[in-house]
Amino acid sequence: MSNFLTVNIGRKFIMSISGIFLILFLLFHMSMNMVLVFSAEGYDMICEFLGANWYALAGTLVLAAGVVIHILYATILTLQNRAARGTDRYAASNRTVTEWSSKNMYVLGLIVVLGLLLHLYNFWYNMQYAEIAYGHDGYEVPAGSKIVGDLFVQPLYVAIYLVWLAALWFHLTHGFWSAMHTIGWNNKIWLDRLKVISNIVATIIIIGFAVVPVKFLIFK
Amino acid sequence: MDKTINLTLKVWRQNGPREKGHFETYQVKNISVDSSFLEMLDILNEQLISENKEPVAFDHDCREGICGMCSLYINGRPHGPDDDVTTCQLHMRRFKDGDTVTIEPWRAKAFPVIKDLMVNRSAFDEIIAAGGYVSVSTGGVPDGNAIPIPKPDADEAMDAAACIGCGACVAACKNASAMLFLSAKVSQLALLPQGRVEAKRRAIAMVNKMNELGFGACTNTRACEAECPKSVSISHIARLNREFLKASFAS
Ligand code: HEM
Ligand code: SF4
Ligand code: FES
Repeated sequence: MSNFLTVNIGRKFIMSISGIFLILFLLFHMSMNMVLVFSAEGYDMICEFLGANWYALAGTLVLAAGVVIHILYATILTLQNRAARGTDRYAASNRTVTEWSSKNMYVLGLIVVLGLLLHLYNFWYNMQYAEIAYGHDGYEVPAGSKIVGDLFVQPLYVAIYLVWLAALWFHLTHGFWSAMHTIGWNNKIWLDRLKVISNIVATIIIIGFAVVPVKFLIFK
Repeated sequence: MDKTINLTLKVWRQNGPREKGHFETYQVKNISVDSSFLEMLDILNEQLISENKEPVAFDHDCREGICGMCSLYINGRPHGPDDDVTTCQLHMRRFKDGDTVTIEPWRAKAFPVIKDLMVNRSAFDEIIAAGGYVSVSTGGVPDGNAIPIPKPDADEAMDAAACIGCGACVAACKNASAMLFLSAKVSQLALLPQGRVEAKRRAIAMVNKMNELGFGACTNTRACEAECPKSVSISHIARLNREFLKASFAS
């Protein structure tokens, strides 16, 4: 156990656990968003409920830790993997047929980070953070549905969010089954099944998140 | 034995582990399409010797696909354009007249070049050695059926044992990871009752050794499986992960 975090499989285990945790968070977040499709009042109630109270703050901290750990280990592993290739690179371009996203997880992850930063600025900064910072001065945080609606009537933002979601889709189509494999929960029969489940999970998440911006863009 | 082809070869030449290498271009003519890739290199070497030049160093031994000595990254693929064969079993009919063929050594930090196309794969031997012994009761000849083993387990173990330790998996992997090799070596024992006794110690020791030698981590990209001449499946990697994690959490 002592050097678990220094060996490859131990580090990959951290990647997969943090990745699965983030997937679970995305599913949770997505189901909150779905409420907005049907009822602005319902959504605003959720926003108030998940404002600057202790359980929402604790959840935010755990989530932030998950993101930081995932990115930290992604960086360590990616650097380690580059070093393992050695200094002389192959001259002939590689012709082995493999899954594209599996070779671009870090780049896809970076797109996800950029989207995430924009997202935090667009929403979290105006919602939870505003409440933490100014809430006690009697500042009224605007209704969540209004902040969301105001942003997504702008086609540019909708386009940026869709690109962000596309990167996430590629990340997850590989990420989900890869995480199961890393934990050891795979075999010859389940490999194909897990890849199908991976595509389904990624697609559900991405459609779920795309519905809200697209709805506001089209129906205002 | 009638069809022949002419080829341009771009071959990696390097005098020693610490020397700088470079590509040399050679022409070979009238190569029979029935000859093997290594025979084609033999012809190149005879040509070089007759011109008083240094022949190209490359690894080979059995030339029948069982020893794991031959290597070569040919036109961007370990063991060349054919699936599921070693370089020694690759034939020139897979190439067309006038083709340019780029031949490189395996490239990985843990596999330094010895000379030209030969690389030092003793890192694999070190991993095997780290695995240690398997306890076997000595004495009289055991009864063949004394330890019942389900057929599917025996088959899986045999599939893993097909690994010849050639290193194509490392050469193919963008991370130079040795996980396919290691998973085959761990699986062939972990699947059988005789190998269970030291299973925990073995998984931990071999994984630690692999790390120490500078192989990369696995991104489940599956290039190894696609290039393995013995079609070792990545399902063995899932088993290795399972064995290692179980052993780590138990100790
Ligand atoms: C919502 C956000 C994210 C989710 C749900 C997610 C999920 C996952 C999952 C499930 C895996 C598979 C783990 C495994 O192979 O065992 C993974 C791998 C990976 N993730 Fe993420 N991820 C997210 C964000 C990011 C970010 C922001 C980065 C930062 C650069 C990143 C970089 C990577 C890399 C490099 C890998 C591959 C690691 C490897 O196999 O060596 N991910 N991710
Ligand atoms: S797993 Fe396949 S590619 Fe890797 S060393 Fe064994 S036989 Fe060669
Ligand atoms: S020379 Fe023995 S496997 Fe190719």
